Amino acid sequence: MDGNSAVGEAAIRAGCQCYFGYPITPQNELTEYMATHLSRRKGCSFIQAESEISAINMVFGASAVGARSMTSSSSPGMSLKQEGISYLASCELPAVIVNMSRGGPGLGTISAAQSDYFQSTRGGGHGDYRTIVLAPSSVQELADLTHRAFDLADKYRIPVIILGDGMLGQMQEPVDFRHEAPAELPVRSDALRGARGRPSKIVRTCTSNTSEMEELNWSLYRRYQLIEKKETAFETFLVDDAELIVVAFGIAARIAKGAIKSARANGLKVGLARPITLWPFPSGRIKELAATAKCLLVFEMNMGQMLEDVQLALQGQGEVFFYGRPGGVIPTPSEVLRVISRHYYQRGLKKGK
Amino acid sequence: MRKVYGRPRFLKKRSFHYCAGCGHSIVHRLLAEVIEEMGIHERVVGVNSAGCSVFAYNYLDVDMAEAAHGRGAAVATGMKRAYPEAVVFTYQGDGDLAAIGTAETIHAANRGEKISAIFINNAIYGMTGGQMAPTTLVSMRTTTTPFGRDVMLEGHPLKISEMLALLDGVVYIERTAVNSPAGIRKTKKAIRKSFQTQLDGKGFSLVEILSPCPVNWKMGVAESWQWIDKEMTGVFPLGIIKDTTGNKDAD
Ligand SMILES: Cc1ncc(C[n+]2csc(CCOP(=O)(O)OP(=O)(O)O)c2C)c(N)n1
Ligand code: SF4
Ligand SMILES: [Mg+2]
Repeated sequence: MDGNSAVGEAAIRAGCQCYFGYPITPQNELTEYMATHLSRRKGCSFIQAESEISAINMVFGASAVGARSMTSSSSPGMSLKQEGISYLASCELPAVIVNMSRGGPGLGTISAAQSDYFQSTRGGGHGDYRTIVLAPSSVQELADLTHRAFDLADKYRIPVIILGDGMLGQMQEPVDFRHEAPAELPVRSDALRGARGRPSKIVRTCTSNTSEMEELNWSLYRRYQLIEKKETAFETFLVDDAELIVVAFGIAARIAKGAIKSARANGLKVGLARPITLWPFPSGRIKELAATAKCLLVFEMNMGQMLEDVQLALQGQGEVFFYGRPGGVIPTPSEVLRVISRHYYQRGLKKGK
Repeated sequence: MRKVYGRPRFLKKRSFHYCAGCGHSIVHRLLAEVIEEMGIHERVVGVNSAGCSVFAYNYLDVDMAEAAHGRGAAVATGMKRAYPEAVVFTYQGDGDLAAIGTAETIHAANRGEKISAIFINNAIYGMTGGQMAPTTLVSMRTTTTPFGRDVMLEGHPLKISEMLALLDGVVYIERTAVNSPAGIRKTKKAIRKSFQTQLDGKGFSLVEILSPCPVNWKMGVAESWQWIDKEMTGVFPLGIIKDTTGNKDAD
């Protein structure tokens, strides 16, 4: 199954009731999957919206009345969704937003890129807020994290972003769906469903009272701290004896893994650290690894965005190199291997078994 | 003694922040009355918007969510699709519905979303201090048309209701004004009909309400109410603009 469709199927099995989207390559298969498989399901709704702005605001409305809702797009469309994401964050409404990102800036290319890291992990829209950002690196993980995204969104009443890329969205891999769609989901207690047997409720973001707004920011901040503590996810590969550790996320980590296997075959002690949550960023784990390895090589399909989080985590402790390929270029494992080997030898790192 | 007038049940016990003579407070009251009379308060979910009415939820005692500026029709669409039992209305100004939210409005209408749009046309951006709205009249002075709206530069007043009436998904549009007791009664009837249209599952409906903004029109209250008859209704004629509901009267 292709990655886009896998997200669609996993979303339906997670109880997604509403999907609103606007076509953009390379994620159209997801919109089309929902048109085929969600739109006629009982209690579910699919709309091809007139824009990404409308789509995210439909999600806002559906979420406000308590429905598990999702939208998806790719980079240029994600820019348009940022207003809505800021409002979702402000109103503490859950939503799942998928970005099968592509090369930018501007309309850019339709090929896979990771240049939306800053936009995704720094809130993206206006105001002081965060979104949980999940970065899968296989179709299976796309499906698993899609399911997880809905749970996290509801648990923390927060927008969750799945940051994939054009390659993940398009590639075909076997997937095992671990859940059946629920027959019925409980309605969120904060849902607006009419003031039946209770006082009326509001979802609001505007206030003329700055201390109220400050309190909202504090309460969001406290929640973000809790998320940082509880939800950080991370994968490592061959790091125990590694002299050099590649830090990469998403599809870049997949490419790096190939390179690392070849490096190991050549006797280079190289490992991989892969943040699965980009926000919260696994700073603590990165710091630990930097203490055991001689150096880190951050590899991204952009000009060095996660690099800043790695550097922040290390606070100047430890040596960090960077290899970036922006614009939608997908480097091969052998290109990455060349970079690994160059740093490895220049740094005079020890070879071994 | 018989009580003949009082606070509607679904208007919160709180005084309005609106300026004296403003149409918003009248329309809020009408909404509360209609919701009570139709007995739909347990199903109503309202969408308010950026504009002077951004705090409408401080007054209307029903479930409400605040949409981003202009996005009311999209938010209402999401609500109605996700929870079709709801009676969903948007409350939007002319800047909100007919400038920044034009796309959302037109496409929700075209899809025939079963929602009711309450559209407050005061020919001005009230909240931000009196800038030109898409509905600002020709030659009318605003803070951003200090020499009067010039059609060569700013175009003509946008007749969004007439535009929307062309769409097949739209079943009912009426333009009323709240500058007289008769107009207020008509407005109430139109709001009621719009809600009934939604209850009947017929399609998109909209009530455009010409509403005074004495402060930004720089007029006294009485003068502003007269100005609606003298100037606004010439450009925005009152009456039913479209009605394919088959309901002659909701009462
Ligand atoms: C994205 C965005 N741009 C601008 C604004 C500022 N703003 C708030 S209300 C408004 C216009 C209000 O005019 P209208 O919709 O006619 O409502 P009124 O106040 O006249 O009732 C503007 C421009 C905003 N809130 N959001
Ligand atoms: S500025 Fe105009 S629209 Fe706003 S409250 Fe005052 S009179 Fe009403
Ligand atoms: Mg206005």
